[in-house]
Amino acid sequence: MSLLNDLTGAGPGLGPRAVLLRLGAIGALVAGTAGTFAYAGGWLSPGDLTQARIVDRFEQVNGPHPGFRRNHAKGLCLAGRFESSGGGVRLSEAALFAAGQVTPVTGRIALAGGQPYAADAAATVRSLALRFHLPDGEEWRTGNNDIPVFPVRTPEAFYAQLLAAKPDPATAKPDPEALKAFFAAHPESAKAAALIKARTITSGFADDTFRSLNAFRFVAADGTETLVRWAFVPEQAATAESPAQAARTDKNFLFEDFAAAIRRGPVRWHLVVTLGSPGDASADATLPWPSERASVDVGRVVVTATEAEANGNCRDVNFDPLVLPDGIVGSDDPLLSARSAAYSQSFTRRVGEPKAPSAVHDTPVSGAGL
Amino acid sequence: MSDPAHFNLPARALHWTMAAMVLAMLFIGVAMVTSVAHYHALVALHRPLGIGILVLAVLRLINRWRSPPPDLPPDLPGWQRKAAHASHILLYGLMLTLPLVGWAMLSAAGYPIGLAGSVVLPPILPRDPGLYAWLRPLHTVLAYTLFGIILAHLGAALMHGLIRRDGVLGSMALRLTASQSR
Ligand code: HEM
Ligand code: HEM
Repeated sequence: MSLLNDLTGAGPGLGPRAVLLRLGAIGALVAGTAGTFAYAGGWLSPGDLTQARIVDRFEQVNGPHPGFRRNHAKGLCLAGRFESSGGGVRLSEAALFAAGQVTPVTGRIALAGGQPYAADAAATVRSLALRFHLPDGEEWRTGNNDIPVFPVRTPEAFYAQLLAAKPDPATAKPDPEALKAFFAAHPESAKAAALIKARTITSGFADDTFRSLNAFRFVAADGTETLVRWAFVPEQAATAESPAQAARTDKNFLFEDFAAAIRRGPVRWHLVVTLGSPGDASADATLPWPSERASVDVGRVVVTATEAEANGNCRDVNFDPLVLPDGIVGSDDPLLSARSAAYSQSFTRRVGEPKAPSAVHDTPVSGAGL
Repeated sequence: MSDPAHFNLPARALHWTMAAMVLAMLFIGVAMVTSVAHYHALVALHRPLGIGILVLAVLRLINRWRSPPPDLPPDLPGWQRKAAHASHILLYGLMLTLPLVGWAMLSAAGYPIGLAGSVVLPPILPRDPGLYAWLRPLHTVLAYTLFGIILAHLGAALMHGLIRRDGVLGSMALRLTASQSR
């Protein structure tokens, strides 16, 4: 027997040529499996947009803020309940819509942007993220913004816009040329930006309307699916920002006003579900739906408490918009999976980092009673 | 009817079903964490498939305990025998711990662990983000280790089948009649 046969354990029936050929085939199969794995993991396509690259870009644009959300970094936790009106039953079999059902809710109000210590400003986009704790361990998590449409249609456009809107360190404003080029390449974003700019800015969180922007589908018990968008509409009448408010130097005035309002009594939003018609955009969050679309008031969120971000509360929650109960599913909007991916990446990074206190403390009532 | 030269039919059926599932899980896993467009759909598949592997791995261990596998060929060098033994322990260990770590890390992160419809698994750890931050990379390291051992296992099985031709590969072949043959 040859040395080759000795080494490989091949029997005398296999000549050296056959042994080498077979070894080669085995090597090729093992290497092929490893190569396919590398391909699946994206190592062979370094130019693709990934969740890590999206979050890297937030860090590049905003600078490092370990422990904080990479977007909507400044926020305040809240708690309360959802009181169903029963109006949603025919649209969705989700348990929280059953008539008379009361579902515990926790959540977070926040300002868009990756700067956890930015001063509150009236024009900054505000958000309301909610987590409905259904029976049997199901949850509905939803993040909503106070703008009429979203500025971009695709994750790729989001990625490009982050860079185009990056403030120039010299002027603290985005480079106008970069913005112009971005809007030229994304006309849908130019239209959306005009709608966003034209919105009425209310005096604070409590009288603001927060929208899903992305479309979802409600699934009824009989399987009927309805394309929907929703909004949390304040019970309290919206008022414009007063000059006195605009003149305040307090860096957290929006959050403090909200905490003060809660100390006076619950703040309520109605969950108003807008029903899409065939032809309404399901995969384009830059497009508004026609204003005459029917809508259903399915109940109200009653917020009764606020709490500064801390260990274990809303700070350590990922408001992934695709954590949905049975009865609600995502649409084909490409932003939804991208959000789920980017939020997971942001969450995984931040929970492993050392923590600094939030800018928003539960401060005593200050500037309340405006 | 037991045949000392072959794994019994449940063992062979479980082996090939799980081989396909585990490989699929490894590919889904590495693909989903870089994918933006398919992230959600892939994770939604990853969870129930991973729990399926956990259930099958338990069944497989029970079957292995009740019906021990055939002996390795007597002329196999001692180091190969040891390597085979160690790699099989690792394979079983990882098929059990990897899904458990997946389940545990989602518990620690406070996610509802949805399998399908309204079926949600209970958490197996208290909610603790610090624990999640530790378990999440562990899931990756264990998954890559599993893939490495599977490659070695694949290479060794083919060495038995194509070079040594000692019946070891055949003992796991999925011929439905194998346990009656001979
Ligand atoms: C592809 C597009 C988008 C990307 C890449 C993106 C990215 C992010 C990231 C990284 C976070 C921080 C997540 C965390 O660490 O927990 C975040 C938070 C948030 N995003 Fe987006 N976002 C996108 C689109 C949207 C849209 C369409 C909305 C619509 C309402 C939205 C609303 C929110 C809200 C409300 C939060 C804060 C949730 C909280 O308080 O935890 N985002 N976003
Ligand atoms: C044999 C079973 C399993 C295998 C082979 C497997 C494999 C993988 C792999 C290769 C990754 C990507 C790791 C990376 O590159 O960072 C991954 C990620 C992940 N796995 Fe598993 N896994 C298994 C079971 C499970 C189970 C049972 C669950 C949950 C119930 C789970 C949940 C996850 C999650 C949530 C991620 C990461 C998602 C993210 O970070 O965005 N896995 N898994």
